[in-house]
Amino acid sequence: MVVGAESENLLSRAGRTLTHMKALEAESIHIIREVAAEFEKPVLLYSIGKDSSVLLRLAQKAFFPGKIPFPLLHIDTTYEYPEMIQFRDEYSARIGADLRVGLNDAAVAAGANPYALGTQKCCGLLRTRALVETLAKGGYDAALGGARRDEEKSRAKERVYSFRDAQGQWDPKNQRPELWNLFNGRIDKGESIRVFPLSNWTELDVWLYIHLDQIPIVPLYFAKERPVVLRGETVIPYVDGVKLLPGEAPVMVKCRMRSLGCTPCSGAIRSEADTLPGIIEELIAFRRSERENRVIDHDEEGSMETKKREGYF
Amino acid sequence: MPAVEAGFTIEEFLKRAEERDLLRFSTAGSVDDGKSTLIGRLLYETKGAFEDQIASIKNSKYSRAASGPFDFALLTDGLKAEREQGITIDVAYRFFQTATRKFIIADTPGHEQYTRNMATGASTADLAIILIDARLGVLPQSRRHATISALLGIPHIVVAVNKMDLREWSEEAFRAIEAEFRPFLASLGITAPHFIPISALYGDNIVTRGEQSGWYTGKTLLETLESVPVGRDRTADPFRLPVQIVLRPNQDFRGFAGQIASGTIRRGDPVMVLPSGRTSRVKSIVTYDGNLDEAFAPMSVTIELEDHVDVSRGEMLVGAAAPPHVARTVEARLVWMDEEPLEEGKEYLIKHTTQMARARVVRIAGRLDVVAGRESAAVSLRLNDIGTVVLEANRPLLFDAYRRNRSTGSFVLIDPIRNGTSGAGMIEEPRQTARQRDRTALRDHHVSPVTQAERFVRNGHVPATVVVQGKPDLAMRLERALFELGALVFVRAEPSGDLLAAGALVILCPRQAGAFCVDVPGVKSVEIDPAVLPADPDEAVEAMIARLEHDGVLLKHVSFEPGEGI
Repeated sequence: MVVGAESENLLSRAGRTLTHMKALEAESIHIIREVAAEFEKPVLLYSIGKDSSVLLRLAQKAFFPGKIPFPLLHIDTTYEYPEMIQFRDEYSARIGADLRVGLNDAAVAAGANPYALGTQKCCGLLRTRALVETLAKGGYDAALGGARRDEEKSRAKERVYSFRDAQGQWDPKNQRPELWNLFNGRIDKGESIRVFPLSNWTELDVWLYIHLDQIPIVPLYFAKERPVVLRGETVIPYVDGVKLLPGEAPVMVKCRMRSLGCTPCSGAIRSEADTLPGIIEELIAFRRSERENRVIDHDEEGSMETKKREGYF
Repeated sequence: MPAVEAGFTIEEFLKRAEERDLLRFSTAGSVDDGKSTLIGRLLYETKGAFEDQIASIKNSKYSRAASGPFDFALLTDGLKAEREQGITIDVAYRFFQTATRKFIIADTPGHEQYTRNMATGASTADLAIILIDARLGVLPQSRRHATISALLGIPHIVVAVNKMDLREWSEEAFRAIEAEFRPFLASLGITAPHFIPISALYGDNIVTRGEQSGWYTGKTLLETLESVPVGRDRTADPFRLPVQIVLRPNQDFRGFAGQIASGTIRRGDPVMVLPSGRTSRVKSIVTYDGNLDEAFAPMSVTIELEDHVDVSRGEMLVGAAAPPHVARTVEARLVWMDEEPLEEGKEYLIKHTTQMARARVVRIAGRLDVVAGRESAAVSLRLNDIGTVVLEANRPLLFDAYRRNRSTGSFVLIDPIRNGTSGAGMIEEPRQTARQRDRTALRDHHVSPVTQAERFVRNGHVPATVVVQGKPDLAMRLERALFELGALVFVRAEPSGDLLAAGALVILCPRQAGAFCVDVPGVKSVEIDPAVLPADPDEAVEAMIARLEHDGVLLKHVSFEPGEGI
């Protein structure tokens, strides 16, 4: 070994930093691998939305050239847009992922819907209850999700590893300190950890990453002429399951979804953005909370925190 | 703030956005010192500032409003409100970006009872903003924040002297605070702090230069945040990759996946696996986006080695020329985060890099008075205490001192019953004068044409001291047996730095326990308690050899035929 050459090497090796996207990617991959290594039965909660799409790509990267070593779980409320379900099935098959679907059979059979129950109760049954029960039934001890700290006030303090008791409940006063990149995944039987690898990503980061990595997303995110129902300021795509109120009729409007959810509860926005740069430009121009158009967060002050305590993501 | 240029297209915006780097910083403060106002001001003034430059939206109604007195604290959660609502006072993470950087703020409360939170926020920070109220000057809280920032190894410190408007922008007042605080910071090893006079309320010297502080010619707070180097450069440090998971998608592929903790690795580079000491070369650096010729910290990669080597989670790929310390006993600074105090003799789980082991508290060496910066004797550490402890793990830890390497020098202690995270530790450089000498002897070999790793392979073992207490006959038998296995082995009355540097196994045979210290950095130390050995001398020797294999002193899978190189 020539000593001079070695020290020159070391010098030329110094001084590099990652771009923020690459730094976030490396951090998220580290988190996802920790989960695969430390838990017996992890699962990735796949909501089909843009954040889930990024999470899924990161999971692919974490285990490449192998496949993702845990299943994807979608909680089906039976009210999702058909394009979402189609995308879910096609994409998970294409990447060779093991897709599981969970739903609250009893509530679906009983005809749970937001019109009769109100959005809170409906969500409680079809999402939260379905999630908690599916996780418990499946014996999953860790569930990876795409939530971000910038989404909403109550999430700014969320841990990367969020401890849930045997009922799947979140206790904000009983969360573990998290230092460096050392995560504590110790749990007793029945307890679980929700893991948020995208904690430090912002909405702009998510879109930028989708753009840079050319990650496939549900076509509903792109603007297109679609049949909609106009209800006050809200633009509701007109699909099966959307009930017309007296005096309403569907019209064609060029619009897109900013966030995906159930047909009765997620609004579209009028938009011309039919490319990823277009979407990002629009995002910057609006700078509205991405959940503004989701009815559920308006139901009661701090409703997100209430739902989280109950086990919602 | 960078001058607003002529508008650019969304494509140009995306290109610039892609090239931004990432800086994490922490803030600490109480309700009254203007921390929330400062953060609110930063979020408010940077929000959209860069983005507004996109030509098409430049004149939109969403561009930022003129700045002026405004309750910027409204943009963040008030601590007061949190306290009233009984919500945990905790670290909150917030985000903003400028043309060149994305920022992550770890926003933490500043009072004594929140030391735990401050340490949490500081653990990943590249920079800390210490906020001082210009009317009140340096408070115990300022010292506490500085001490914790130094302890957690934050590379850059900004002292923001706030509420300068209430001191009529007096340079004298600012300089007095600086003169008082600078020596204290220096005593903590913080040699190049940035002092900035600001008014968070009016926005002076935050993003834009204050009109009333003409005497201040330094950078604004945001200019400082945008210009400091991100973190400490870890790419030139010795290579460390703690293995998280072994990927074996098929018979032909065996990849060791993990995040590079420090250093740079290239295809073809020699690496050593610890604790086994096996060496090999990097066959490929695999990522989803294609194989790489080189990778550096903090990238997450998967490494394939040229040889078939057994490596498991918790083990580490390292540069053979500068391996980390390998020892079961470590001395560390510890921030205690649990309601139940830490006491000598208690057992915890230690999570260190990707390894989980059991650890016993051997000794509490002292408790730190955070404000005075002094340590005094203690028998326990309570919630929010910081102290120095000696821990003994049931397995060897592969570590560097925290001040050299934040990743391989940090750990958390976990309560084995309640599962909570009880403490956060920063490992100290092993200290002993004899060790320093031996270390130098070991380091001298870096310039040799024969690498340490090659010596390990030829000898079939790593250099180590083996203590066989009070049984000279067993020590002699062990020497003979190891010699016949091809080992470079000697029985000696005391540790020999030269022999260890040459890669030897040194068997020591003191009359009583702890007769001398044999914990040499980078050299394994195995203590054999004769009481647990079989009575039959041959069986006893076999048991000792098995122990040396188990502890990674004797290398498995390596032929002991003399003369066989790599």
